[in-house]
Amino acid sequence: MIDFIANNQNFIYLLILMIFVGIELISHVPSVLHTPLMSGANAIHGVVIIGSIIVMGQAEETISLILGFIAVVLGTLNVVGGFVVTDRMLEMFKKRK
Amino acid sequence: MDLSNGLWSKKEQMNILYVIYLISSLTFILGLKMLGSPKTARRGNLIAAFGMTIAIFGTIFLYQDEGGMHLHNLEFIFGGLVLGTAIGWIVAKKVQMTAMPQMVSFFNGMGGACAALISMIEYRHLVSHSDGDLIAMVEQGGEVLTRLSIMYAGLIIGSISFAGSIIAYGKLEGKIKDKVLPGQQVINIGLFLAIVGLALSNVMGWLHTDTMLYIVAGLALLYGVLFVMPIGGADMPVVISLLNSFTGVAAAFGGFLYDNKVMLIGGILVGSAGTLLTIVMCDAMNRSLLNVLIGNFGGSSAGGGDGEGPQGTVKAVNPSDASILLKYAKKVVIVPGYGLAVAQAQHVVHELEELLESEGVEVKYAIHPVAGRMPGHMNVLLAESNVDYDKLIEMEDINPEFATTDVVLVIGANDVVNPAAKTDSSSPIYGMPILDVENARQTIVMKRSMNAGYAGIENELFYRDKTNMLFGDAKKMLTALVAELKSMN
Repeated sequence: MIDFIANNQNFIYLLILMIFVGIELISHVPSVLHTPLMSGANAIHGVVIIGSIIVMGQAEETISLILGFIAVVLGTLNVVGGFVVTDRMLEMFKKRK
Repeated sequence: MDLSNGLWSKKEQMNILYVIYLISSLTFILGLKMLGSPKTARRGNLIAAFGMTIAIFGTIFLYQDEGGMHLHNLEFIFGGLVLGTAIGWIVAKKVQMTAMPQMVSFFNGMGGACAALISMIEYRHLVSHSDGDLIAMVEQGGEVLTRLSIMYAGLIIGSISFAGSIIAYGKLEGKIKDKVLPGQQVINIGLFLAIVGLALSNVMGWLHTDTMLYIVAGLALLYGVLFVMPIGGADMPVVISLLNSFTGVAAAFGGFLYDNKVMLIGGILVGSAGTLLTIVMCDAMNRSLLNVLIGNFGGSSAGGGDGEGPQGTVKAVNPSDASILLKYAKKVVIVPGYGLAVAQAQHVVHELEELLESEGVEVKYAIHPVAGRMPGHMNVLLAESNVDYDKLIEMEDINPEFATTDVVLVIGANDVVNPAAKTDSSSPIYGMPILDVENARQTIVMKRSMNAGYAGIENELFYRDKTNMLFGDAKKMLTALVAELKSMN
């Protein structure tokens, strides 16, 4: 356990700091923006696509290739769909004078 | 395929990629921050999207493994990107504004599935490199153990998020009904323990088969289904927000697996921000997260009110009577609910508002924090039909005004105007802040039938003397009101 913490210090520091940043960013947001905010956050966790690209780029056997391809498609859906839907929602707000 | 060969050395390429990841991480933090204010929100979203784009292409062209090998299978990667972009773009552009919540849920599920698949492929990779003896490898050293644990964590959370999101999507689409199995909580807890136990025993090498990961994946999918199934449709936004933060955590595990900071930062940010957002949403309904998750709100609670439900007669009016009430009012407050969204009546309601204003009537909208299906959803819908932003008044500000309001027009809302939330401590919605509609001189409730609202409880407001029920589809009735008002001139 102590070994694990010592070996992964960077990650653990990052983890703790990012948790606080995340909380800080969301507090004091008017409830009007909760839906677009959720949707925007949804698009950002689409960053998981990076993992699918790496795994796909290293795949050798057929099944891994197929699974990797599906992962890339689904990850892209998350990213593109997420950002586009959020933008459409926010476009509505912009129209007001 | 070494596309950037010659221009930069391999080391330089990797360093450039690190800088790109740093910029992407910054755009995520900045984007999320800007999404928190109406003025900057749209730009914030675009900035985060830009960061995502450079991270994706940077990875494709610059990433190298420890051996300095670039990624291959680029044709498949680009094929996947193009296919995913085409589908995602079309679906996201075509979907109705009213269906936004389920769309978010759907895309969230895709991210969860992606995270689970990554774990699965990495596991296959690990097994094929272990010469058929994973245990020996695990026993050798901490690194394999760590990697295996992370794979399981990403797999379990990703699978739950995927299955749960798809069920939530189905519920909001009205394709899946709430369903509670007998002893559901016990089954769920048992299943969860089984998932963790099996994963742990595989990681520690107590119970070993190469197929264990797939068994755990299957159980996690089942758990995701059972987890969301009993939760009432009205609580889906909270569930989606929670699953959203789950997917964030799953992405972060992916970042841990690849020692990839941008995945880690994006994932943890969403995980923590999403969890807080979930709690804030619960607060807006004055309920705890635990209560949402195990309360079976709306599923089994309807039985209680049978004997002592509100009694009396309901006063039904026709559009012509209702339009006279509205025309001769000085001040009208419109309370829009999900019924308005379902009927796609946001444009007609705006027309009605303009018509009344031209007659000298003051018109405002009272927006309950959870009007529609998600906080802020109703604002989006009304903004879509050009309703002036200043006319949308939040609950705390409009409540004192009801006493001086002549007519309140409730359109397809129910639970958010139910006085039982204040008076009846046995009611499942007791304690939820509501709009004090009953203080107004007259109320017109536009509703399809006398059926109970999403929470499954009766509304005594409908039986009051001051309440006039206008039965029918929101859009048809509003169109009729508009026609009546026009013909009166």
